Amino acid sequence: MDFLQPTTWAEALEAKAAHPDAVAVAGGTDVMVGINFGHLRPSLLMDLTRVEDLQEWSIEDGAVRLGAGVSYARVIAELGTQLPGLAMASRTIGSPQIRNRGTVGGNLATASPAGDAHPALLAADAQVEVASVRGSRRIPVPDFYTGVKRNAMDADELITAVLVVPPSGPQQYSKIGTRNAMVISVAAFGLALHPDRRAVGTGIGSAAPTPRRAPAAEQFLADELTGTGLWESRAELPAATAGRFGELVADAASPIDDVRGSARYRLHALSVMACRALTWAWADYRTDTGKEV
Amino acid sequence: MSTPTPTRTPTGAPEHLTGPGRGGVGDDAQRPDGVLKVRGEFAYGSDLWMEDMLWGVTVRSPHPYARIRSIDIGAALATPGVRAVLTADDVPGEKVYGLELADQPVLALDVVRHQGEPVALVAADHPETARLAASRIHVDYEVWEPITDARAALGHPTWNQVHDSAAEVTELSRENAHLHPQGNLVRHLKIRTGDPAPTADVVVVGEYEVGMQDQAFLGPESGLAVPAEDGGVELYVATQWLHVDQRQICSALALPPAKVRLTLAGVGGAFGGREDLSMHVHACLLALHTGKPVKMSYNREESFFGHVHRHPATMRYEHGATHDGQLIYVKASIYFDGGAYASSTPAVVGNGGTMGIGPYVVPNVHVDCYGAYTNNPPCGAMRGFGSVQTAFGYESQMDALAAELGMDPVELRCRNAMEEGSPTPTGQVIDSPAPVAELLRRLEAMPMPTRVDDGEVDLRDMPGGVSNTTHGEGVRRGVGYAVAYKNVAFSEGYDDYSTARVRLEVVGGEASATVHTAAAEVGQGLVTVEQQIARTELGVKQVTVHPKDTAVGSAGSTSASRQTYVTGGAVKAACEKVRAQVLARAERLVGRTVPDLRLAGGAVVSDAEDIAVPLVDVLGDEALEETVEWHHRPTEAIDPETGQGFAHVQYAFSAHRAVVDVDTELGLVKVVEMACTQDVGKAINPQAVLGQIQGGTAQGLGLAVMEEILLKDGKVRNPSFTDYLIPTILDMPPMRIEVLEYADPHAPYGLRGVGEAPNISSGPAVLAAIRAATGLPLTRVPVRPEHLTGL
Amino acid sequence: MRLICTVNGTQQQVDDVWEGESLLYVLRERMGLPGSKNACEQGECGSCTVLLDGLPVCACLVAAGQAEARQVETVEGMADGGALDPVQQAFLDAGAVQCGFCTPGLLVSTRDLLQRSGRPSDAETREALAGNLCRCTGYEKILDAVRLAADRLAQSGTGGHR
Repeated sequence: MDFLQPTTWAEALEAKAAHPDAVAVAGGTDVMVGINFGHLRPSLLMDLTRVEDLQEWSIEDGAVRLGAGVSYARVIAELGTQLPGLAMASRTIGSPQIRNRGTVGGNLATASPAGDAHPALLAADAQVEVASVRGSRRIPVPDFYTGVKRNAMDADELITAVLVVPPSGPQQYSKIGTRNAMVISVAAFGLALHPDRRAVGTGIGSAAPTPRRAPAAEQFLADELTGTGLWESRAELPAATAGRFGELVADAASPIDDVRGSARYRLHALSVMACRALTWAWADYRTDTGKEV
Repeated sequence: MSTPTPTRTPTGAPEHLTGPGRGGVGDDAQRPDGVLKVRGEFAYGSDLWMEDMLWGVTVRSPHPYARIRSIDIGAALATPGVRAVLTADDVPGEKVYGLELADQPVLALDVVRHQGEPVALVAADHPETARLAASRIHVDYEVWEPITDARAALGHPTWNQVHDSAAEVTELSRENAHLHPQGNLVRHLKIRTGDPAPTADVVVVGEYEVGMQDQAFLGPESGLAVPAEDGGVELYVATQWLHVDQRQICSALALPPAKVRLTLAGVGGAFGGREDLSMHVHACLLALHTGKPVKMSYNREESFFGHVHRHPATMRYEHGATHDGQLIYVKASIYFDGGAYASSTPAVVGNGGTMGIGPYVVPNVHVDCYGAYTNNPPCGAMRGFGSVQTAFGYESQMDALAAELGMDPVELRCRNAMEEGSPTPTGQVIDSPAPVAELLRRLEAMPMPTRVDDGEVDLRDMPGGVSNTTHGEGVRRGVGYAVAYKNVAFSEGYDDYSTARVRLEVVGGEASATVHTAAAEVGQGLVTVEQQIARTELGVKQVTVHPKDTAVGSAGSTSASRQTYVTGGAVKAACEKVRAQVLARAERLVGRTVPDLRLAGGAVVSDAEDIAVPLVDVLGDEALEETVEWHHRPTEAIDPETGQGFAHVQYAFSAHRAVVDVDTELGLVKVVEMACTQDVGKAINPQAVLGQIQGGTAQGLGLAVMEEILLKDGKVRNPSFTDYLIPTILDMPPMRIEVLEYADPHAPYGLRGVGEAPNISSGPAVLAAIRAATGLPLTRVPVRPEHLTGL
Repeated sequence: MRLICTVNGTQQQVDDVWEGESLLYVLRERMGLPGSKNACEQGECGSCTVLLDGLPVCACLVAAGQAEARQVETVEGMADGGALDPVQQAFLDAGAVQCGFCTPGLLVSTRDLLQRSGRPSDAETREALAGNLCRCTGYEKILDAVRLAADRLAQSGTGGHR
């Protein structure tokens, strides 16, 4: 095994182009587990923690540009206002030790359906910026996940950053685990209300081969809120609307039975979480009258 | 026989433990290994190190049941850095071993009977080289269909097929349906007492299931074997019972005990999982074969295959009672899945059966308790040992009966509670305090946890925690009670003893004692207790604990809540003999008999005659030493047809109250508070007693709501801490504890074993509380969200 | 490969490190610092918690090379010579140590918590220590130890900086 420690992004991309089978490591929360147990023996291990650009976030053209190497702990501490859904998701990830090392870029690269960041990124309409020596491109996050632990990147590409437009409305994130901390999700749900464009964003985790949105639920809710004038009136949300939204979210999933939970439970849990998340988000929206939309 | 000095001692070999120099029986003395532990300097088995040591790894079967056609070790041997590759052919002595029955191969012979069975060994310069070489060993298997159900393995119809004999015929007529030549039955225990056909006003029938729990000690199986000049081997190992290990290792290596010398390395928790051999023989084989020190340390995945687990159980209970809640009869069928090898299944069946109806007085009892071989992972000792499983059964039944009678569940229990003088189902009369009803009444009297309702939602207080699944929606509170009892020390006629060597001498101008036993310190604090007893009995401050090794006689196992009782008893007895010598010597010094001479404050004192002779003067430069083998009072084997007999030397009693919040829509549980009452006879170290109760409670809670080794067709689906979940600090609630001290007149200091009882009563209390919150019958643990949502 | 980093204030250099080794392996097997424990190697138990450039991390998940030129602090660096750190002393006094395998990681995590938050609430403590599994104690005495250490640090004025 070789070990490479590029200090610039150009150097990292050159190396990845020269060694497409190189495994990039940042927080090590997936890669090192594989190596420790002999399940992963890459010929080249490339440490990305010395590439400074990756460790920063900034505001660019009105969007948060989150470097792929920013830790969950920093997302929680520094980006709670700009990326509330992602910050809530980050708080549910592993332990403090894991949150100090793990990165959103790593979560995307692994592309596990159980990755905690995905539902929040989906709900917030994030884009993933990937790069190679050939140039860079932006992939809308729903298109990024292509299969179980597969993503849309080419062999010579690395993740540069995630771009997310700060919210115009409330966001929520809920995750089921069978322990009260440090647990892999059995099912997860992310929600973003986008009052500025009268839209709704959703994200489902651990309930399909890939993280995915629930488009019918989004459309239903956006239509309801628009059709009944609720965006403007901020009146109470009918319980039936939240219930129907929950059902539609569950309809979008296609879970399996596995060691962490049954498919039927996952569907049920999604509908409950979606209904509750919407209720909480709407309550926030109703009290957040200061913000013009 | 002389024991040659080993050529070299590894870094991390245990040292004599001294300090802290205060604390007798009844005090909160601090651990003598505590400072080392907080400094990171206490060496566990996995910390042992030698300059030229090799790393050993195990090749294990991926199949639960298969015949080995051939093993090709060529590619592994050819890997640079590899020093040895061994298979069953390289085992020089007996090729099978076992705690009670020798039925488990050191390395697989022709058939593997469980996933993870050791097949071959590799030693190499670097662990990665060893792992790589292990992956290059090719084993050709003829895969067989595994037997994975204990009842099917015995040919017993399932509960709902009682009249369908077709079921048994199909299972057992299969090819290779018998895992062992003697069949699939390990033990069948029967209890028959009272009326064989009793009737009652009210009858409650229930079927229950307990999943397979893992000890999940944090320190992995590990040790270092060092080849010795005399052709023998020094093994430093984390274990629970050095001498039973030694016996089995000697047998496998065809070496006499003098050539197989064991020393206890630091143990990172045990809970029963280290009572069987793991890497012991393997490391010795590799060391003797290579002539080099060999270290083996399992990773977490291998650890799940490297030790026995708690037996899963299926149980059917029938309770009959009068309208006013007097128990008339209990009938029970209890099945323990022992997995592929016997381990301690016979004794687990013994406990499960003899205490299988709980601490209640019942005139008519009919129990059948079975242990079966299957192709599931071998099961054996785990804290609570057969009693944890049955407590879920009998306590669930008591709640069901209370509901049927419209009676308060605590009241029903108290009406039927055992007390001193009560007969057990095995016909034994309880001859020491048994405050079952008092434990429950005291729990009831404790204040309930208060709800803080300040309008703010703290997710950390909610079911689901910071995962943000509820802000109070769907949450219902429930309260549940349970009481349990457990035998202390070894039972059924086993000659249970411990050996202690105590030496008193002047060191550095101060009289000090050294205690040498082979009793394994696994974290519970026995080393502290040994010091406390010596301080109290010999009146000295400085007590050194000698490393635990086989240079002194057996101490028996660190299990069955027995070490404070049995090794404590041995240390006390040895101290008494040393004290007698000292007093005799003192009398010679003063030239007359002094009736009230005693040892205190480093002196021989008499209050009557105002004598205080410093021990340093009495001892001079001579050391007084005594070795005592101390046996607790004998028990007897139970009658094979009726189960009657004086089976157990002592019982421990504890009770729990659990308060839970359940998100009834999502099926998530937050345990809000656990309260416990326990009679410990005499708290030798009150702080350590609390630690045992708190820790045991946590393991019971874990089994109730999250801990299970999940199996499919005999294969473990979750051999990791990612998917085998144990409680975190956010899962364990605050506890209220009341410790009672009703002395057992038969035990040293009146003490009662502490470690297991709280592990038994906590889980059933949690289950009862979840039932109370949800109204669901809940007949299986661990309770999963699916069970609570009907999905 | 060669690895140079600072451990507990002392520069350490080790050679012939296999690139797939973790920082935990290097500490334990190459630097003679086995205080950080190996219990799961997958970031689920916290027994190997060390400070890497001041942040608590699982040493088992740090590739050895990632520690190059970094500052590592382990349990072995907590005591000031013969004097235990107040957190170490509190764990002893509260009876928070049984088998002790989780203790090094818990000490490092607790010290970090108390540096950041002088008098944490129990809820804060629980969330901060949720990544450190203990199988012996049921955590009650660990909470006692954290409260005791926080009190003592506050009294001596050497506690949190927040």
